[in-house]
Amino acid sequence: MQVFVEGVGLRGVGLNGWIASRSILTGAAPYVPAELVLPPPDVLPPAERRRTGLPIKLALNVGLEALSGSERSSDTIASVFTSSGADGQVLHQICESLAGAERLVSPTRFHNSVHNAPAGYWSIALRSRAPSTSLCCFEYSFAAGLLEACAYCVTEAEAILLVSYDVPYPEPLNAARPIAGSVGAALLLAPLATSASFARLDVQTAPGGCSPTRMRDPALETLRSGNPTGRALPLLGALAGPIAATVVLEYLCGATLTVATLPC
Amino acid sequence: MEALKSGRSGLVPCNFESARLDTWVGQVEDRLLGPLPAAMAAAECRNNRLAQLALGQDGFLDAVAHARRRYGARRVGLFLGTSTSGLLQTELAYRQREASTGALPDAFDYAATQNTFSLGRFVQMQLGLEGPAVVISTACSSSAKVFGSAVRMMAAGLCDAAVVGGADSLCLTTLYGFASLELLSRDPCRPFDSERNGISIGEGAGFALLEQGQAREPAGTFQLLGVGESSDAHHMSSPHPEGAGARAAMQRALSSAALTSKDIDYINLHGTATRSNDAAEDKAVYDLFGTSAVCSSTKGATGHLLGAAGIAETIICALAMSGQFMPGSANTRRLDPSLRVRYLLANAKQAPMRAMSNSFGFGGSNCSLLLGRTS
Repeated sequence: MQVFVEGVGLRGVGLNGWIASRSILTGAAPYVPAELVLPPPDVLPPAERRRTGLPIKLALNVGLEALSGSERSSDTIASVFTSSGADGQVLHQICESLAGAERLVSPTRFHNSVHNAPAGYWSIALRSRAPSTSLCCFEYSFAAGLLEACAYCVTEAEAILLVSYDVPYPEPLNAARPIAGSVGAALLLAPLATSASFARLDVQTAPGGCSPTRMRDPALETLRSGNPTGRALPLLGALAGPIAATVVLEYLCGATLTVATLPC
Repeated sequence: MEALKSGRSGLVPCNFESARLDTWVGQVEDRLLGPLPAAMAAAECRNNRLAQLALGQDGFLDAVAHARRRYGARRVGLFLGTSTSGLLQTELAYRQREASTGALPDAFDYAATQNTFSLGRFVQMQLGLEGPAVVISTACSSSAKVFGSAVRMMAAGLCDAAVVGGADSLCLTTLYGFASLELLSRDPCRPFDSERNGISIGEGAGFALLEQGQAREPAGTFQLLGVGESSDAHHMSSPHPEGAGARAAMQRALSSAALTSKDIDYINLHGTATRSNDAAEDKAVYDLFGTSAVCSSTKGATGHLLGAAGIAETIICALAMSGQFMPGSANTRRLDPSLRVRYLLANAKQAPMRAMSNSFGFGGSNCSLLLGRTS
């Protein structure tokens, strides 16, 4: 499947936006893991903003960054949201109150517990009635999201926004499912080259046998291997560089996705 | 099919686990939910047991085995929907936290039960599939939207056939969560009734095998004619009051099938029996179809299967086509006179030629599917 990249969003521990992170991903600047810096989501009405936790804010942030340079009207772009764990804080709070005597579940917390909560807030924020899906493929959620987005892009011949995000769980869930740091990544993909496209992606599934592309920096590699959205970093690294590259992403059953990037 | 034809409802007063709620549920009897095979013991949870029960029905395992031999395990995709996967397992683990450290019990297996993909992983292993696999979780539209993903993945050449479906099982989060939103009925739910007062939660699982259509399919083959997806852009837990998103999904399904509203005989409504859902869906359907299509919600019979509603109601549409009837609305007594669609209270002995199934979820996630059958 061939698609064209028109925008990228990236935010995570020590990664403050796509523009600022490009030199880190190519190795030109050092990576310094630091607290996640996340501007408030001004795009949401104040009432909705108060109701959102970190995963939703992170997903909105990277999605908006990917659209920021685009002339496409944001309310008609379809979207795919992918995450392994969605909102762990909400899950923890609900399970904790259900284990108590009162079993009081807050209505807001309940509707924020759905896996597609970021997609719901996204459509409210952008007033978008465009199709949107939300999915999960455990460790391979980014690769599965990329396949879903590319398949939509080439079969519907429409642009689509892919948003991937994963945030650590609080304890005690963190011990059962550790996730390294917080990372959000987004790609605005289009079926044809336009003046806005800066790279072509050629995405193929392969039965396996190739090892995944790793990050050269050990701290970035920890983020890649320890956070399902971190698995996007090698692809974003290839997009940050000036030359064509081929990136291998792990996928289910020992298979891989091979993504060839070509600047345009 | 027999339950639908006799107008039976499966709803019973809620006696699920330790829930103390004055409501009714569509609960699958525990005696039917056999343990998972020993090799899959880690995946042991109510949701996977439900999936296992459904996979064992109607010769489905044989049909998938046949497709696997024909296309190869790597060429059969798997697209499933769930809203809460094995969340009950996590709820139970939170009651057994270690007193001093707060740790969850060692037996708790996050990946195989709690994670949204746990359903996909379990079914993939049960069916021996190695193709593209994903679990879609868009609340109550989850297992309708899987049809759209499967069709696109087949059209993009990533697989030749696809298992679609989903499973959602009762858990305390959804029972107490819907109670907190004051959306649970104290009675068996009554879709489109003037006295409707909320949903009855159900549980279930269902699966279907999709293959690329050939020019000459045998008579009686079910066809997926169209898929329409949209977002409400309105509110996280209540539908757009005019049903604008629902209407967009139905319109897109018709456009993708190159059909018009006049071509549809029967619509299986989302029809949850909340005041706001039924009113908004009524507006959307009436705007698009007038009174040309017969409509009903079957949630009075099954309860609201949440993430499994899409596949269950698509299968109900298929049963209606092959069983030559249109299902009425169990438990609905008096049709709300302010609603305008052509709503069917009792079964009609007439086979729909083309049917639509509507599924709308939290976050304003809408999906309409169009089904036909070769003659």
